Amino acid sequence: MLLAITGLGLGALYFLVACGLSLIWGLMRVLNFAHGAFFTVSAYCGWLAANALGAPGSWTAWLAAVAASIAAGGAFATFAELALVRPLYRRPVGQVLVTVGLALATIALVQGSFGSDPRDFAVPAWMGKTTAIAGAAIPNTRFVTIAAAVIALGLLVFFLRRTRYGLIVRAGVENRAMVSALGIDVGRAFTLVFAIGGMAAGLGGVLAATYYGSIDPGRGSAMLISAFVVVVLGGLGSVAGSAVAAVLVGLVQQFLNFYAAAGVGDFAVVILLAVVLLVRPRGLFGVS
Amino acid sequence: MSGSRLRALGCAVALLVLAALPACGVTIPGLFEGPLDAPGTLNLLALCFVFGTLALSYDLVFGYTGLLSFGQALYFATGAYVTAIALAHWNLDLPRALGITAAIALVLPLVVGAICLRTKDIPFAMVTLAFAEAGSIFVLQNPWGLTGGEEGLTLPSAALPAALVGVTNTRNLYWLALGLLAVAFVVAWWAVNSPPGRVWQAIRENERRVSVLGINPYLYKLGAFVSSAFLASSAGVVYLLIQGGANPEITSASFTLVLLVMVVLGGVGTLWGAVLGGIAYEYLDVRLLGLSSAPALANLPPFLHVPLSQPLFVLGLLFIVLVLFFPGGFAGAAQSLRARAGSAAGVR
Repeated sequence: MLLAITGLGLGALYFLVACGLSLIWGLMRVLNFAHGAFFTVSAYCGWLAANALGAPGSWTAWLAAVAASIAAGGAFATFAELALVRPLYRRPVGQVLVTVGLALATIALVQGSFGSDPRDFAVPAWMGKTTAIAGAAIPNTRFVTIAAAVIALGLLVFFLRRTRYGLIVRAGVENRAMVSALGIDVGRAFTLVFAIGGMAAGLGGVLAATYYGSIDPGRGSAMLISAFVVVVLGGLGSVAGSAVAAVLVGLVQQFLNFYAAAGVGDFAVVILLAVVLLVRPRGLFGVS
Repeated sequence: MSGSRLRALGCAVALLVLAALPACGVTIPGLFEGPLDAPGTLNLLALCFVFGTLALSYDLVFGYTGLLSFGQALYFATGAYVTAIALAHWNLDLPRALGITAAIALVLPLVVGAICLRTKDIPFAMVTLAFAEAGSIFVLQNPWGLTGGEEGLTLPSAALPAALVGVTNTRNLYWLALGLLAVAFVVAWWAVNSPPGRVWQAIRENERRVSVLGINPYLYKLGAFVSSAFLASSAGVVYLLIQGGANPEITSASFTLVLLVMVVLGGVGTLWGAVLGGIAYEYLDVRLLGLSSAPALANLPPFLHVPLSQPLFVLGLLFIVLVLFFPGGFAGAAQSLRARAGSAAGVR
């Protein structure tokens, strides 16, 4: 039980990073290597906000951290899209490379400013406790992570299904040329998708800080690789696919790492990815 | 004398000058910390040559065949780790260790490449990344105490020939690295100008057209993948000898990204550009780190001092600027300069 819920919590984190990546890829055909940087920067912004506002460990401080992280992720992603990705619309490889450069530079800057050691991230006292379910003591942070990811998934689905911009984004994923031929400014949808992806990554950043109880500069890159696996496994461009694959990856990792040996779970996920891609190159839920 | 002969002559002269470097004790202030024949300088230069070779190998798959592989670090690490394990754990002598390494360095990319190349484009990039990540996990988990985990693996100096051990013999390692680079360059040059090499470039331009012409692109891509991986492994072996050990950092995904930066820095699809990119990257990485502790920098206010003391920040920024404004890297910039000079002369 503990393993299942922990795996779900981990899957929730993966989903928050992966959904933005998947949307960005689906709409813009950009593989965004800077997504891990969004994650790390927002986590540190949340940490700073929590320290500035309210006593460490109080609910106000935690909520301030969440708000600051989401805002920072969105702002940073919007900046990256407008300043770096936009000038390169005609050069797809250039776009990938520029996000690689941004990721390297940002992580180095964070490392230089805050040091490479993990910093403690104080959470409200309730989250430090455990709840017993079916005889297993489960840390409350797991529930917070899962709940937040479910809410994010709900909002994202609502946005995509029920709003005008969501319609444009979905249409753009299907056929970008047609949408722009109909006279709709796809460029604005690009910025929007980046902003949403950045906010989701920001939420992921602060939740990972809650989940692990600390922040460190390297976690974003580690998360990014797992998120890549999730995105490709679920099918590039499919949010539902990302959600399913994230849960799958989280569970497989947790169970195998526990029952086989540490590291086997991570290994198995990679093998799973290779197998799925060879049998079904589009991923589990991929369409085009 | 034709242009290509002239260029070959130029390369030979450059090689001779570099080979004679350990014999001259000139100090170039600013460029290196000590005189040119000091072990520190030679060590740095040898590392630069190794990374030049590595960037060259990556350029064969990425620049010439158009395969965006994120798994090149795996083969570099294979060269370093297999040799280290054979020397440290299996107590083999150097020639036998090298033989085993060569065999694995051929079989591993053959198997991995055969699987990965069933996919294309971004899925291909992802599967190669997945395999590299699997290798990285393998090294970090330290199975049977083989790889040393996070600590890395140190070479026992008794297992090596005396000529390759000790600070005074740094010049031998320097010559080894220079020789590796020269051989790799000649091999790569020969490969891309051979008939298969031309097919590689045709695949990069238009793969469907190649298969319509009745050529099977899969086999040629596999050939490019394996030869590039083998070159990378050779660079890994020399890296191991220079460093005196293998560290898990060279297996990481970010190391492959760094490799991508090197090749793009120098110029994708040009051999000398890639070599230059690798050399420049490693030089800047080491020197910027040295510079960060320099007294002139320590006096700067923190908002300037902190970013400048992070080599990766400076390099990442430089990389973004290059991608935005000079898409061809060093080689492209040189080419456009030459073209501009040519057209200016033509106008006159």
